[in-house]
Amino acid sequence: MLDAILKVRDEVDGSVGIRCSCQQAICGSCGVRMNGKPGLACNTHLEEAAARAHGVGWNPPEEGEVSNGGGVIEVEPMGNIPVIKDLIVDMDAVHWKKIQRVTPFLINKLPVPEREYVVPHQNMVDVTQTMACIQCGACVSDCLSMEIDPLFVGPAALSKAYRFVGDPRDADHAGRLKDLSEDPHGIYDCTHCFNCIDACPKGVDPMSQIMRLRRKAGNDEKIVDRNNGHRHEDAFVTLVRDYGLLNEAELLPRSYGGNSWFGKFHPAAGKELLSSIGTVVTGVLRGKVSPKTAMFGHKLPKSDLGQLKDIYTKVEGREERVELNLYVTGYEDEPEPDKEGAGDRETPAEPSMPSGEPEAPVTPPSRPDQPDKSPTFPGPGEDQSSSSESESA
Amino acid sequence: MRVAYWPGCVSRGFTPELHGSMAKVAPLLDIELIELDRAACCGAGVIAEHNQELADTLNARTFALAQKTDGELMMNICSTCQGAQSECQERLDANTEYRQLINGNLADEGLVYERGLTNKNLLWLLVEEIGLDALKAKVKRPLTDLKVGPFYGCYIVRPVDRLGVDDEHPRDRYMHMVIEALGGTVIDYAGVYKCCGFPIITMNKHASLSMAGRHLGDAIDADADCLVVPCPLCHLNLDLQQPSASRVVGRELGLPVLHLPQLLGLALGLQPKELGMGKHVVKPTSVMDWSASVVAGAAA
Repeated sequence: MLDAILKVRDEVDGSVGIRCSCQQAICGSCGVRMNGKPGLACNTHLEEAAARAHGVGWNPPEEGEVSNGGGVIEVEPMGNIPVIKDLIVDMDAVHWKKIQRVTPFLINKLPVPEREYVVPHQNMVDVTQTMACIQCGACVSDCLSMEIDPLFVGPAALSKAYRFVGDPRDADHAGRLKDLSEDPHGIYDCTHCFNCIDACPKGVDPMSQIMRLRRKAGNDEKIVDRNNGHRHEDAFVTLVRDYGLLNEAELLPRSYGGNSWFGKFHPAAGKELLSSIGTVVTGVLRGKVSPKTAMFGHKLPKSDLGQLKDIYTKVEGREERVELNLYVTGYEDEPEPDKEGAGDRETPAEPSMPSGEPEAPVTPPSRPDQPDKSPTFPGPGEDQSSSSESESA
Repeated sequence: MRVAYWPGCVSRGFTPELHGSMAKVAPLLDIELIELDRAACCGAGVIAEHNQELADTLNARTFALAQKTDGELMMNICSTCQGAQSECQERLDANTEYRQLINGNLADEGLVYERGLTNKNLLWLLVEEIGLDALKAKVKRPLTDLKVGPFYGCYIVRPVDRLGVDDEHPRDRYMHMVIEALGGTVIDYAGVYKCCGFPIITMNKHASLSMAGRHLGDAIDADADCLVVPCPLCHLNLDLQQPSASRVVGRELGLPVLHLPQLLGLALGLQPKELGMGKHVVKPTSVMDWSASVVAGAAA
């Protein structure tokens, strides 16, 4: 795509404005929208961009449009960012401003060691994914929350925030998380639209990083934010434990008023109920919800609720949360092997389940057999090659 | 065909017309539903945000229950369930060691999830299992002159790799294809693949309702008679909350929003009332008028 754009500039219209440099998907300067989908012009084949004209993802084909290679490729500047000229957008005005918003540097833990910080390998693997970001702005371009709420901190900057929240050398995990939870346009403003995941040319998976920030903010730092973010999560999880199914009529008041049956009597819940009284009345009048369901919700049979309780007790009782990050572990290509155990051997033993390290003071999941001598700041490539055999990015 | 049927929570809670219309439509499509009435909420991404292992265990339990039935596959009628379950299944299927750990959490109940379950939203099942030609053959009242805007939302089209959207399975075109197969006219508008805003309704109500309001307005400007959604949560924001969304975006809306089984039901000869359209907050007057005019036309 970049070759084509440069050819057009050289041979057809010398005034075409495009920003580019490395031409190998490293510098992140040539982000554009191609047939409606954001990405790097330099690592998108013409064929691929043309195929996008026909379905998959953003841009539906016109009636009778030829697909796969025959279509017109429409190139536009990225979205959500003001245009300077043609395909050149003002990254300073949006992208970099938001990156600066999240304190994008390490706040050293004191005392600074005489030599280097010793960081457990596993912790650095954990932040590798966010370190793969090349700041191209493709995720910002198509963020659907930002489209409506330009103040949203956004996918790129929040991924950057996780890069430090996940780094054991950083001194202010709690402060960072508090800041981004309380911000009305912070971590709880993401609407789970998955656009950033598909947009990213580097597999950073920004939405998942935002979810990890939420997990740490709510579970580890116990931050109850003013945006109802943590209360909503807490109420949701509890209601599914108690009812097996989501009880919507309880979820809303609890999200505002606190996670108990009495939540609905909290002034914040009352205020919200009052403001949506019209919606509630219409819903009941139309028979959307029966008064019985509204009052008592729907429940699974008792025996199943018992099973759910056991599952909750077991999983929530673990000392460390278990998380599987497919970016780190990759996918097993093998179909289920006939003989037991064959599959197990292929699984990388160590990083297959990087656990969310529980607290800010680093108590790393120790691996006494292997004292960690990894560099303090391993490059992503280095880290992955040593830790995973199949890379998914 | 027999399917293990996961209706989700909201279709049995705040959008009962969805569950009801699915029950009405299934026999007309020769789908036999084995309802998974012991399975728990998919977590909608929120439980995973709290604890990934917990969400994966709850969904593995649902998958295991589905595998115990004699259904050919598992079917859902909620994109949010599809998206949340596909995410969990991706992890379970990708790593044997992890799957064993999760199955360990189900051992007390004697349940085991075996890798490789097929879990399809009704929309995918229509196109891939039933087939558009077979669907066309069942149409009793083609949706002639009904202008329908597809609203895919997020969970059923993204991320494309995880959800298997590719040239062979253009799942992000299926709603267009189904509307056409039913004889309706597809309306393309800016919001076709955008987010209804529901997930942030408690966190940022203004942004949430602005999203809903903007997409509804765009569809109205494109001259749609109604929208059709594969997700009850989208329905909550686009229909139940439509009066509030209208106030937030400062314009009249009043666009009916149908669940996918309701649109199918209309074309298969059922009446709007039987399909629970009386339960909608925005009265589907245009759709009912259309329906009445078709009946009148047939009588004349």
